[in-house]
Amino acid sequence: MILQASHIEKSFGHRAAVAGVSFEIHEGEVLAVVGESGSGKSTLLNCVSGRLRPDAGTVSFRTRHEGVKDIFALGEAERRLLARTDWGFVHQSPEQGLRMEVSAGANVGERLMALGERHYGRIRACASDWLSRVEMDPARMDESPRAFSGGMRQRLQIARNLVTRPRLVFMDEPTSGLDVSVQAKLLDLLRSLTRELGLAAIIVTHDLAVARLLAHRMLVMKEGRVVEQGLTDQVLDDPQHPYTQLLVSSVLQP
Amino acid sequence: MKDGRYNFAYLDERTKRMIRRAILKAVAIPGYQVPFGSREMPLPYGWGTGGIQVTASVIGPSDVLKVIDQGADDTVNAVSIRRFFQRTTGVATTERTAEATLIQTRHRIPERPLTERQVIVYQVPVPEPLQRLEPREVETRRMHALGEYGLLHVKLYEDIARYGHIATTYDYPVLVNGRHVMAPSPIPKFDNPKLHMSPALQLFGAGREKRIYAVPPYTRVESLAFEDFPFEVQRWDAACALCGSRESFLDEVVTDDRGGRMFVCSDTDYCGERQSGRAEAA
Repeated sequence: MILQASHIEKSFGHRAAVAGVSFEIHEGEVLAVVGESGSGKSTLLNCVSGRLRPDAGTVSFRTRHEGVKDIFALGEAERRLLARTDWGFVHQSPEQGLRMEVSAGANVGERLMALGERHYGRIRACASDWLSRVEMDPARMDESPRAFSGGMRQRLQIARNLVTRPRLVFMDEPTSGLDVSVQAKLLDLLRSLTRELGLAAIIVTHDLAVARLLAHRMLVMKEGRVVEQGLTDQVLDDPQHPYTQLLVSSVLQP
Repeated sequence: MKDGRYNFAYLDERTKRMIRRAILKAVAIPGYQVPFGSREMPLPYGWGTGGIQVTASVIGPSDVLKVIDQGADDTVNAVSIRRFFQRTTGVATTERTAEATLIQTRHRIPERPLTERQVIVYQVPVPEPLQRLEPREVETRRMHALGEYGLLHVKLYEDIARYGHIATTYDYPVLVNGRHVMAPSPIPKFDNPKLHMSPALQLFGAGREKRIYAVPPYTRVESLAFEDFPFEVQRWDAACALCGSRESFLDEVVTDDRGGRMFVCSDTDYCGERQSGRAEAA
């Protein structure tokens, strides 16, 4: 187990966004959280990634050296350090996850500099390496993210997160907003990266195809609760809960 | 001569006490920006309202005051602030760095090394070194609290990627006492090494932004840089046209409209002393 969430609850006013969700994820495992808009999946992601404190419940993470820690019992400095080193967070819109006013190379190098790397040549070499690993041209590393297309920006955001070799990456709808051929390429890249690096990932998506392609396991959420969970193929091929059945049958076939 | 209609140094005593408390706190935490209740002063923001309030709070009747602006004692900002303190305190003023006990400055540190019996007050327009990189003040305060300064290196990285060298030439960020990153006010980076281990007490006042910070005597002050792109100060090919100095910070002065120009020391007192010294030797 690398991360365990138990009985997470979060309300906004009287409305419960997440009402008692528990799950765990193992090293190298990809978990998809699916559900329609407003089902609480993004709120759940924000809670387990330490960005939003839940009203109740705990989130434990197995750190590299110090065993299992409750992330909300850590001090803010430690939690932010964890978020910069062992975790990654890929936002739906790359503009949220990137610094748009500095070059691609600086975006990839930022985490290294935050961890105290003070050698320009090494930062550059590392940034160039990561750009090629996400299939971008390292020759374009001095260009602004604004010069890149949506798909390229998303790749850049992924490179920026992976540069510290995190063990767990949170992704919030990483492929929506991209056209389908770009989506397919990005999914391909994500699949090979997670396998190659042994990354654990929690992917929030409303797109069942993304879940099918990337995830080992999935959770189906409705109104803040998990209504069904299991192996991806099992859930998608033989949905048990009426809501999952509806979800699976609503996918458009071209 | 002191104008009797004003309290000594213009501010009332309670305000001075409040500012002194902020100064004490600033000295206790080198480089940390202490908020204070900045007052309206009889000159506009950007003219040194922060520096004036700090000076007014620490000045005593036996002090000898020097005021400089861009290194010179005779520029309008320096002249008006010096006159302000002459009228409101009646203290002695000087243009000579060696004679001053209290120096208020904008944009420069005097070339002559400061001593333990001197206090230097900087006028600061933008006290937050992270402001241009992170506009949210709640966030910049958190970054200071947690010592998260990676962003400043992102800025330096960007400089090198774009221009091939670190292109920041003034207000060059420094790490004070190994803990807080501080804006040294818009002094040229040429002056940054003078901040390090200075025997004088250095106080910084930002009136509009309502912040005071300090570097106590003999405190480590490092300019940020990369291992393979170390911190460097400006160098000139010319010597001062008046005193011949090759060590001081030079200003370029256009002398006619046919491309004539000369380089002269920005520190007028330093330059004058060297000229008279040369005259005596001759």
